[in-house]
Amino acid sequence: MTRISLTVDGAKVADDVEPRMLLVQYLRERLGKTGTVVGCDTSNCGACTVHLDGTSVKSCNVLAVQADGCEVTTIEGLAQDGELHPVQEAFRECHGLQCGFCTPGMIMQSVALLKDNPSPSEEEIRLGLEGNLCRCTGYHNIVKAVQHACGQGAGAQQEVTA
Amino acid sequence: MTAVQEPTAEREIGRERRRKEDQRLITGRTRWTDNLNLPGMLHLAMVRSPFAHAKIVSIDTTAAKNATNVVDVLTGADLGEAQGACINAWAITEDQVTPPHLPMPSDRVAFAGEVVAVVVARTAAEARDAAEMVDVEYEQLPAALDLKEAATDAVLAHPDLGTNKSAFWKFDSAEAGTGGDVDAAIATARDGGIVIEREYRQQRLIPAFMEPRSVVVDPTGEQITVWSATQIPHILRFAIAATTGVPESKIRVIAPDVGGGFGGKLQQTPEEMIAFAVARRIGKPVKFTETRSESLMTAHHGRDQWQKMTLAADKDGKVTGLKVELLADLGAYVAIIGGGVPVLGAFMFNSIYKFPAYQFNCQTVLTNKTWTDAYRGAGRPEATYGIERMMDELAAELGEDPIEVRRRNWIDASEFPFTTVAGLEYDSGDYEKATQRAMEMLGYDELRAEQKRRRDAGDRVQLGIGVSTFTEMCGLAPSRVLGQLNYGAGGWEHASVRMLATGKVEVITGASAHGQGHETAFSQIVADRLGVPFEDVEVLHGDTQISHKGLDTYGSRSLVVGGEALVKAVDKVIEKAKPLAAHLLEANAEDLEYVGGRFGVRGTDQGVTIQELAGAAFAAHNYPEDMEPSLDAEATYDPVNFNYPHGTHLCAVEVDTETGQVSIRKYACCDDIGNIINPLIVAGQVHGGLVQGIAQALWEEAVYDDSGTLVSGSFTDYLLPTTADTLSFEVDHTTSPSLTNTLGTKGVGEAGTIASTPAVVNAVVDAVRHLGINDIQMPCTPQRVWKAIQGAGSGGATPGAAMPHFSEDQPGQDSTEGAGA
Repeated sequence: MTRISLTVDGAKVADDVEPRMLLVQYLRERLGKTGTVVGCDTSNCGACTVHLDGTSVKSCNVLAVQADGCEVTTIEGLAQDGELHPVQEAFRECHGLQCGFCTPGMIMQSVALLKDNPSPSEEEIRLGLEGNLCRCTGYHNIVKAVQHACGQGAGAQQEVTA
Repeated sequence: MTAVQEPTAEREIGRERRRKEDQRLITGRTRWTDNLNLPGMLHLAMVRSPFAHAKIVSIDTTAAKNATNVVDVLTGADLGEAQGACINAWAITEDQVTPPHLPMPSDRVAFAGEVVAVVVARTAAEARDAAEMVDVEYEQLPAALDLKEAATDAVLAHPDLGTNKSAFWKFDSAEAGTGGDVDAAIATARDGGIVIEREYRQQRLIPAFMEPRSVVVDPTGEQITVWSATQIPHILRFAIAATTGVPESKIRVIAPDVGGGFGGKLQQTPEEMIAFAVARRIGKPVKFTETRSESLMTAHHGRDQWQKMTLAADKDGKVTGLKVELLADLGAYVAIIGGGVPVLGAFMFNSIYKFPAYQFNCQTVLTNKTWTDAYRGAGRPEATYGIERMMDELAAELGEDPIEVRRRNWIDASEFPFTTVAGLEYDSGDYEKATQRAMEMLGYDELRAEQKRRRDAGDRVQLGIGVSTFTEMCGLAPSRVLGQLNYGAGGWEHASVRMLATGKVEVITGASAHGQGHETAFSQIVADRLGVPFEDVEVLHGDTQISHKGLDTYGSRSLVVGGEALVKAVDKVIEKAKPLAAHLLEANAEDLEYVGGRFGVRGTDQGVTIQELAGAAFAAHNYPEDMEPSLDAEATYDPVNFNYPHGTHLCAVEVDTETGQVSIRKYACCDDIGNIINPLIVAGQVHGGLVQGIAQALWEEAVYDDSGTLVSGSFTDYLLPTTADTLSFEVDHTTSPSLTNTLGTKGVGEAGTIASTPAVVNAVVDAVRHLGINDIQMPCTPQRVWKAIQGAGSGGATPGAAMPHFSEDQPGQDSTEGAGA
């Protein structure tokens, strides 16, 4: 067992974990952060995407011990003070989800994408989300949602990059 | 009681309502089965066979049992009859050969991935660790793997059965009295007409829903509660009860948030049955969540057919007959629908056309591969692919535009209702209108002109345009028809409406959504019909103690069957409320009219709202003597007919003749799905369906090696398309309301998948047909396209029309087997 301390969705947490425990297992099984889900076992699907110190990572591909001392943001920490993040709002507005299983990862990746590139072209959006699989939407409305999120003006853009 | 209130509410049906479901899904406040955690819950891991076919000689569980935090390790012999059985609900013939299907066999495994032991431990990780310590000795048996070879019984998938042939199902229009003799039509066409003979491969696919299947069983209450990532909580409850002897009334099945299904969760799974048996035995809650690799390997697969077809036409291109011979791979067991899947396509090969003669033959075959069952479209994509590829071949033979040839053969809008050669009555449609619109959207004529220019110029990258017109029978299904087909259940759906004291409305449906947006669409229907605010309607589903009756969600049935049940339940509420309204208003019931959620007395400003009536019924202080103090109502609706959406899908692709790379340039479709409840949800269903169908055409295939191991058993190997592979679509609709349900709706869940596969392959073949290619086997990977181009003239070309095809000495001549494969 290894002691880790980190910040998850703004809360300071500390636990003894097995060195082999994945970050996604830690989030789900120890912290009850079940908003982040597991869709595969080969780091292909991206359903478990979270932000680690501001960068999007597939949390099935990070050991919990690697997150020691870091700041983790999950889908559950994205809305602030009851206000949805513009990307969350855009996914609802544009019907960018159906079953919703890929959605947490898709939203977290979209937020990271827009942070790096606040006004991406359709092709840049498509390349930026390539690591996240969705089986329901055919991606059409996911792409539209990201476009919608970054077309909301400067104020929204600041929030996106926050 | 209110004075006059003009109904101000906008009509809900037809509005692009944002989904009620989304708030919880976009914030991660979800209840997937794997999120559940109960006190004392134990975790299961499955020990699976690495062999496709083997005798189980011995299983040594000692080391695993001794591992820390392992509670027990159980085999099929340990569980015995308590494990129940996996059922086949549809024996397609009386004499169907159906191997017994135990969730965990103790003597022999019939496919790689079959469960032979289960480990029960305090954590999932410890269960998996211990599963590695279970020592199973197998004696390998020869495996039946290739479908065509298995059909010869060369190697038996189940030696005790003596054959791999499960059932032979036939429909003949002459015998059924719905059309002429197809063999006569073909004989006539051989003499001066046109005969096209082809063989197509429907590759094996994997539904690959995003949420891996998960099941939690809690045996600690009076009822045993089963949470499962399933499309079919009601059918699952029935199947568990029917095969374990536990009374149905002692079982509660809950499908909480379910992450996609596409037919892949239309199953009673061995893992559900094993979890149920283990929980009962140990007396503690248990959970099993599969890994993605387990899911791809053992959750049922789809398609996997060879299709031989003979199409006869006169010299002017009017089709005179169609004969279909299918081989369908069932895999190792006959699954819950099993051989019924190809039978669902049996009535659809004639599609939108007026064929005078038709014959369909299907042989289902057992092999030692993962069992197959419904995958989005189930039977109808295969049929549509077959006929739409053939219509393009006919057009090529005639040297005409493929749309023109279709038009010559399709049912004209003035001819509805139309009884087809397969015996179905299509209620409504307008194929010309949808086709015209799709052609405008694609820019069909301009692209044809560009195609000619580039062909004449000998461009390295060639343009191809693919056409697919389709209809499907959905809205499964009239119960009596299912009975005639020997299906084990009916096709009705149930709904109830509860009027709460506060005026809110609870709607209970037997449909079981897993991403479709029923909560939103059904709220719109109820809001309109009952005249209550959209926000006041709560849709409940997927729990057999709340929704006690239902037949769940598949076959594009939820709206057209479940929605109609809802309409009938709402109408009953209004009927029940009427005498109460008359009583309270001291008016004659005949003088009341119900508008916008309010009973008004004609010619006066007096009225009472449905919410007020719900409150009055709850208080029950003042109501007529001949009524019960309740407005609640329920309805069970059995559809009178199938439901027939249709559409025209057009696809333009660019094919690089040097590399074989295919890229889609534009995709346009116009679907006629009758009246639309929520255009936003409809668009989503179409987009998602399109990509699944396109993926069959270009990317996906479940591949087994020579020893029966699935080599495409992870998302690294099974090519699910990504954002980067796909494109944005042009989607529109024409409207021919259905005449067989109140709302005039038609199913949309499967349409995109059914129509898109042939549109894409027709486009790919169209791009290279001038090189002498008439088919490329799916998925049309760059390698296959390149090989077809390299081999053109020797293996891919159509040598002629009315020639004797399928002769033994010319294997593969008109089959995709070996041609560009």
